[in-house]
This record gives sequence, structure tokens and C-alpha cells, in this order.
Amino acid sequence: MANISITVNGKPRTAAVEPRLLLVHFLREQLNLTGTHVGCDTSQCGACTVLVDGRSAKSCTIFAVQADGSDVTTIEGLAAADGQLHPMQVGFWEEHGLQCGYCTPGMILSAVELLNDNPSPTEQEIRHGLDGNFCRCTGYQHIVNAVQHAANKSQG
Amino acid sequence: MAVSPVLPKLVGQRIKRREDPRLIQGRATYVDDIKIVDMQHVAFARSDVAHGRIRSIETSAAAAMPGVEAVFTGAQIAEFVEPMPIGTPGPSPDHRPVAVDIVRYVGEPVAVVVASDRYLARDAADAIVLDYETLPAVVDPEQAMIGEPAVLHADFPNNLAVSLVPSGTGVSVDLQTVDDTAINKAFAEAEVVVSQRMENQRLAPTAMEPRGVVAHFEPGKETMTIWSSTQNPHILRTFIAAMTGLGQDQVRAIAPEVGGGFGAKINIYGEEYVVAALSKRLGLPIKWIEDRSEAFLATTHGRDILGYVDIAATRDGKVVGLKLRLIADVGAYNMLLTAAIPTLTTLMANATYDIPAIRTTLTEVFTNKTPTDAYRGAGRPEATYFVERAMDMLARELGMDPADLRRKNFIKPDQFPYATQMGAVYDSGDYERALDLALTNAGWAELKQQRDAAKAEGRLVGLGLAMYVEVCGLGPSSTLPTGGWEHAQVTIERDGRVSATTGASPHGQGNETTFAQMLADQFGVPIEHITIHHGDTSVVKQGIGTFGSRSQAVGGTVLHMAGAKVKAKMAKFAAAIIEAHEDDLIFEDGVIAVKGSPGSGKSFAEVAAYAYRPVPLPEGLDPGLSDEAFFEPANNTYPFGCHISMLEIDRDTGEPTLLKLVAVDDAGNLVNPLIVEGQIHGGLAQGIGQAMIEEFRYGDDGQPLTATFMDYAIPRAADFPRFELDNTVTPTPVNPLGAKGVGEAGTLGSTPCIVAAAVDALSEFGITHIDMMLRPEKLWRIIHGGQS
Repeated sequence: MANISITVNGKPRTAAVEPRLLLVHFLREQLNLTGTHVGCDTSQCGACTVLVDGRSAKSCTIFAVQADGSDVTTIEGLAAADGQLHPMQVGFWEEHGLQCGYCTPGMILSAVELLNDNPSPTEQEIRHGLDGNFCRCTGYQHIVNAVQHAANKSQG
Repeated sequence: MAVSPVLPKLVGQRIKRREDPRLIQGRATYVDDIKIVDMQHVAFARSDVAHGRIRSIETSAAAAMPGVEAVFTGAQIAEFVEPMPIGTPGPSPDHRPVAVDIVRYVGEPVAVVVASDRYLARDAADAIVLDYETLPAVVDPEQAMIGEPAVLHADFPNNLAVSLVPSGTGVSVDLQTVDDTAINKAFAEAEVVVSQRMENQRLAPTAMEPRGVVAHFEPGKETMTIWSSTQNPHILRTFIAAMTGLGQDQVRAIAPEVGGGFGAKINIYGEEYVVAALSKRLGLPIKWIEDRSEAFLATTHGRDILGYVDIAATRDGKVVGLKLRLIADVGAYNMLLTAAIPTLTTLMANATYDIPAIRTTLTEVFTNKTPTDAYRGAGRPEATYFVERAMDMLARELGMDPADLRRKNFIKPDQFPYATQMGAVYDSGDYERALDLALTNAGWAELKQQRDAAKAEGRLVGLGLAMYVEVCGLGPSSTLPTGGWEHAQVTIERDGRVSATTGASPHGQGNETTFAQMLADQFGVPIEHITIHHGDTSVVKQGIGTFGSRSQAVGGTVLHMAGAKVKAKMAKFAAAIIEAHEDDLIFEDGVIAVKGSPGSGKSFAEVAAYAYRPVPLPEGLDPGLSDEAFFEPANNTYPFGCHISMLEIDRDTGEPTLLKLVAVDDAGNLVNPLIVEGQIHGGLAQGIGQAMIEEFRYGDDGQPLTATFMDYAIPRAADFPRFELDNTVTPTPVNPLGAKGVGEAGTLGSTPCIVAAAVDALSEFGITHIDMMLRPEKLWRIIHGGQS
């Protein structure tokens, strides 16, 4: 077992974990943060995307021990402390950017990083920026609208 | 003087979804999010050969691992778990949830491990040593039909599950008499005949949430709760009860948040049987969650129908006959609805056309592949593809505009209800209106000029057009082994809020929103005062489920019916305290009042409270405000539409790019156009995926070649242009809402219209058809004549 200290959604967490424990399972099984989903086992689908030190990361592809000392944000930690939704969450709600919702947490966090890097992306930049996140329900058009909605609000 | 209501009418409005707050904050509960004290985890050891006889299964090392509760081979499982259920008539091979003696596809379960932790269960499953005598793999369905190179099931010679079943013109309803006169005459006298072999390739449905099951049998209480990522918890309950020997009253099935289904979560799966049976046997809660690598092998596949199509016409473009010989590669076993899916292809062979003679024959063949079952559209996209490709080829042969050929052959609005050659009765339609709107929206004439200009520059640009009609709102109970009705209950609570249950268990369709919109209008209350319950058989008394684009047409209808019953009773209570006649009352803005004098009314909550403490009790009334309804549809519904695409193929690389997709869909009356758009977008994405990048492939040895997202391409955001949607509204007379259903529509028109565009783009090379998917290598070989 290895001892790790990770700040998750602003709270310091320490645990003794198996070295092979994936970060996503640490979050889901040990911290009960089940908003982060597992959609594949080959790092394609992006359902498990979280922010590690502000950068998007597929939490099924890193071990919990690799995240030792880092600052992790999951979908549960995206809204403000007073419960006010993040503009990207608002965008997905307003623009019907989700159906079954399974890809949504990862999609939202990837989109957050996308706008952090490029606050006013073109439609093509949004589409390419979400290359690492699969959605089987929406055909992506309303997801693009959601990201544009968030970008416009952030600009506004 | 009429006062306009404060609360806006919500039906027909693009309101945002009520499901979303939990989903965008990570607060929803999917099956894998469920935890129970002492819960054990199951992992399956699966066959890694396509066809083999099990020589030995060595489980002792696995059983000795710390944390392992139990290990079972298929033979041991067979001692206490029933064979898998089949929902279709006709013979089917014995299908065990865990293989006994013979394995018939890669991924078939061969042993089961129960352990205290998911990682340990996987470790132990990997420690099971399997030894097989490898048997020849049956991969090609046409070879399989002659029994080569092997036979999967001894009772099914030549691997034929169903052989050459005819339907259409001259075939009696009982299939006993077949008269070829009309179809032969049509082809003998035709001026033009076009024939083509077409593949509608095998696909993996790939809902983003893989399947999962948690079963919790509670000894002493003798009750079973089973959570499953399913489209139809009530059907699951029926089968789990029968399999475990419990009564349906003792089994509670729950579809919690379900991360997509697309038809593949209708089936009752072996993992559901095994997990439930193990929980009962061991007296422990047990969880199994499917890996994506398992999902590609163990969750049913879709499509995989080969079509030999012949279309006969006059020189001026009147279609006089159609022949469709179908060979469905159903994989290794019949699942719940496997055998029925291709019959929906034959059912829809008439497409949108008034064709005087049609003959289809259907053969279903077993191969050493994952079994097929429903996948979005389920048989209708295949029918649309075969007929629309044939129409496109005919137009090319005749030198006609593809729109003009369609127009000449449409079933006309005054012909509805229209009894097809295939035994369907189309409810309503105006196909020419949808075609005209699509042509206008696309700018068909200008698009042709753009295409011609691009071609003049040496670019490979093509246009495609396709019509579709599908069968939705499933359906009359005579057509479904589960029954085809739906159930709803509406309760006005003591505080005036509204609870409703629906048997149409959603998995992304937004029923919590659309159904609440309907009730808000029906009762004149704010939508915030309404809760829609679904997915739990202890809360929702009866139900069928969500498939076949039935939520609105069947589930919405019955909700409205249950609401009307409660409203009628509530009006009687209101009439008693307002001292008015119940027929004069209107429900608006949270008040029940005499029409035209809102000041006369009582608040909705006051009337509700009175109904639960009725002092005095009005004569002829019982207390309370709750009622239920069942709705049995008299017919299916038949939505339709027209899709147009523009596609460019890179001359140097063969890579296709979809430039434009225009869709006009007619689903009858709509409750929430925003949600409808989302449904169409999603269907388009899956149809375009099939046309352009998706194909589940096997090697000659039956090994899957595309069993991860690295090899199986599902569309990404950058694969699509912005879809251009519009709709016409032709209500159905089948239900009082006039709603037809929309969940599958997008998968129908998109495949033929995109392949037509690819053929059009490559017309200079003399080709008339390309099989899906449009792999760049395939297109490059057409462009470069096979030279490397």
C-alpha cells in the first residue's frame, strides 16, 4: 500500500492505496465521488475526465499514486461553494447539451479546459477541442451550442 | 371577458430539461454508483475462441485467492440458473447464460467469479485456466447457409435459424400459400430492372454507460431487488421472477439513471440472470459492471443484414415491382428479440411508395459472432437503406432527378390509411410536402450547381437524397411478446402537487420534462409542482418500457388518459365547493374556476385538500385523487421524412467529408421541439456513423477486429457539419395526442442519402453502388482503379 495526499474539490484527502488503484476508482470507490464515470478501458471516451492541477486528465489512465500531491477537481466540485452553477454547467443545461448524461461530467470538464485555453473558440475549434470525449446521444450539436453559450457568458 | 392565463401553455415549447441539474453536477445515480454493505463483485471469464469445445476449466487457483467467495463453471451455473429467454415464436437453440461444453463466440461467458472487490474478482477470473478443442469458425453468413465450414447448433442444419420466409404480394397472412403471379408479371413486363447486392453492416450500439447489474436478495424477507441498466425494468422483473422462482410481487426491478440504451438494453442478459441467481444462492448483494472491452463482445450487436435487391420500373419512372432477398447474420444465438428484428425490415419494404407488387424473403443465419438484437431503428434503417439505394440506382439508370423519381411513386395523402403489400397500415402521411420542404431548405437546384462547379474543378463532390417512413409507437399487443400497451398513474397529492408514474422508463429521452409539460397544461399548475416517477417497479405499478420510439405515442397518451380521469374527479370536488357545474370549470393558473369568472374559483391546493378530507363527501364520490390507465394502441404510427446530404471525397486520400445534412422529419405533434431536435441529432449521428466510419468486423477465424474504441470508430464532434433541421406536422389518428415518435428517425434517412452522395461524387468512375462504411481505402481504390 502507498500513502497519498490529494486535494480533491478543495478538501485535502489522505489514503493508503494499492499502487495499481486507478485515480477514477480512488475517486469513485473511496471518496464516493461517483459523478466521474468510466466509459471505456482504453482512454478514448473521456467520461472519466477530471482536472488535475487545472489540466484535463483521463482519470482511468493515471494511478491514484501518480496524482499524489496534486489538486483534483471533479464534476462535484465545479459549481461555486454557494451552489451557483459554473457557466459551463449552465450552458449544457440551457442548450440541451446532454441526454443520458453519462458522458456529461467529462465533457463539461474538457470544455472548461478548452475555454480556459481559448476563451472565444470558433465552432471548429470547439469540435476539435472535444476530440477526446465521446457522446453517443446528442450528435454533439447541442454540446457545441453549450460551449458557445458558456464562452459568450464568460465574454459578456 | 376572457382573461389570458398567467401560466404559459408548455406543450410545444422548447423548455430546458428537468433531469439536467443532477446530471450536470455529478449527482445522478447510475448502477455502478450503488453500494450496499457486504456487496460482492462478479467477474466473468469469457471465451477467447470463436468456436470450441471446452476440454477443461481449472478454477482451483482462482478459488484459492484471498477475497474470492466462490467460482462457478457454466455447468455448475446450469444447475441453478435457467436458460436464457427467447421472446419470439419458432424454434431457438438452447442458450445458457454461461456456456456449457461448447463456446460459440468470442466473449461468451465460461465461468463466474464472486469476490469481495472488483479488482480481486478480475484477478481471479484471469487465473481460471481454460482449455479448448478449437472448432472451425463460421463467419461468412452465405457460407454458413450451406453448413460450411461447420454447424453451430445440432438442431439447426446449415445454421439456418429461419429459412426463406416469404412475405408481400401473393403471400397469405399465415405464410402457407404463396402466389408468384403478380411479382413475376411485374418483372416480366418491366422496361427497366436494376439489381444490387448490398451490405448493411454489423454495428456495436455502444451506449456510453456499459451495462451493469446489482442484485440484492434478502433472506427472511424473501425479496429480490435488482438494479440494472435496462430500458424496461418491468420486463426484467417478469423474467427474473420466473427464473428465480420468486413471484413478481417479490421482485423489485429498478432502472436507475441509465446511460443510453439504443435498443441494446432491451434484451434480458445472462449477466442479469447470473447475478440475480447468485445473490439468491449466496444471500449477498452482488454487483457486476461491464468493461467496455466486454461490452463490445457481450452486449448485442445491431444490423448485419445482407440484401439482394431487384427493382422493376417503366422507362418513365413508375416502379412496378420490388424484390428483396434478405440474409440476416444473427450471430451465435437468438436473444430476446433477435429473430424478430429483420422482420421489421420486410415489414417496411413498401417504404414511401405505392408499389403494386413486392416480394421479400428472409433467411436468418447463425454464425460464430456476438448475437444481434435491436439497435436504434431495428430493422427499419435496413429497409430504408435497401429500398432507397435501389431508388437512387434506378434514378441514375433512368437519368432522372432522384427527387422526381420519388415524387412519381409516392403514396399520396388521400390514400391514407394505406394498406401496404407487406401487411402494414400506414396511419397518415404527406411525403411530397416533406420532400418539397427538404429540397427548398437545402436549395437543391443551387446545390446541384455547386456540385457541378466543384466537379468542373476536378473535386469529387456529390449529392444524396433519401426518403424514409418508419414504424413507431410500438405497438398493438399482438405484435409484441411483452404486450404493447403502456401504463400511467396520476395522483394529486394532499398539498396540491402532482405525482405521476410512467412505465416508459427513459434513458436520456427527457420524459421527466415532456410528461411534466403535458400535465402542467392539463391541470393548469406550474411545472415545478409536478414529479414524474419512473424506472422502479415498486413505484410504477406496471409498464412495458422504452423502445421503438414509443415514449410519447404510447406512454404520453396513457399519461394523458390517466390525468383526464383524475381531472374529471377533481372537477366534481371543485364543483361541490364552488357550487357550480363541473362541466363549466376550467383549470388554469393553479385555480379551478367557472370559465370566464376566475374570481369564483378555488385554488388547486384547496380542492386537493378537500378531496382528502371531504367533509361533507359529495354524493357519489370516494375520497382521494389518484387514478391509473392502460393504453393499448390500435395500430403503430408511421413517421416519415426526407434527408439530403452533400459530401466531398478527397481525390488523393479517398477521405470523405460530410459537408451538409438537411433533414425534414414528421413525427406528428411535438411536445418539446428542443428535445425532439436532440433526438434527431443523435439519430443522425448514429446513421452517419454507420454510413461513414462504423463497422464491427471479424477475422476469418471469428476473432473480433474492432473490439475497442481504438478500432471501432464512433463519431466525434469534428466528424459532423451543423445539421439543418426542419419539420412538417402530420398528426396520427392512432392516438389522441397525434404524436408519432421520433427517437429512431435520424438513423433511417441518413445512411442511404450519404451513400447516394458518395456514389454521386464518384460517378465519373462508373460506379453505381458502394457498400458501407465509406472507408477511405475503399474510395481511394475506386478513384485510382485499384492501383497502389
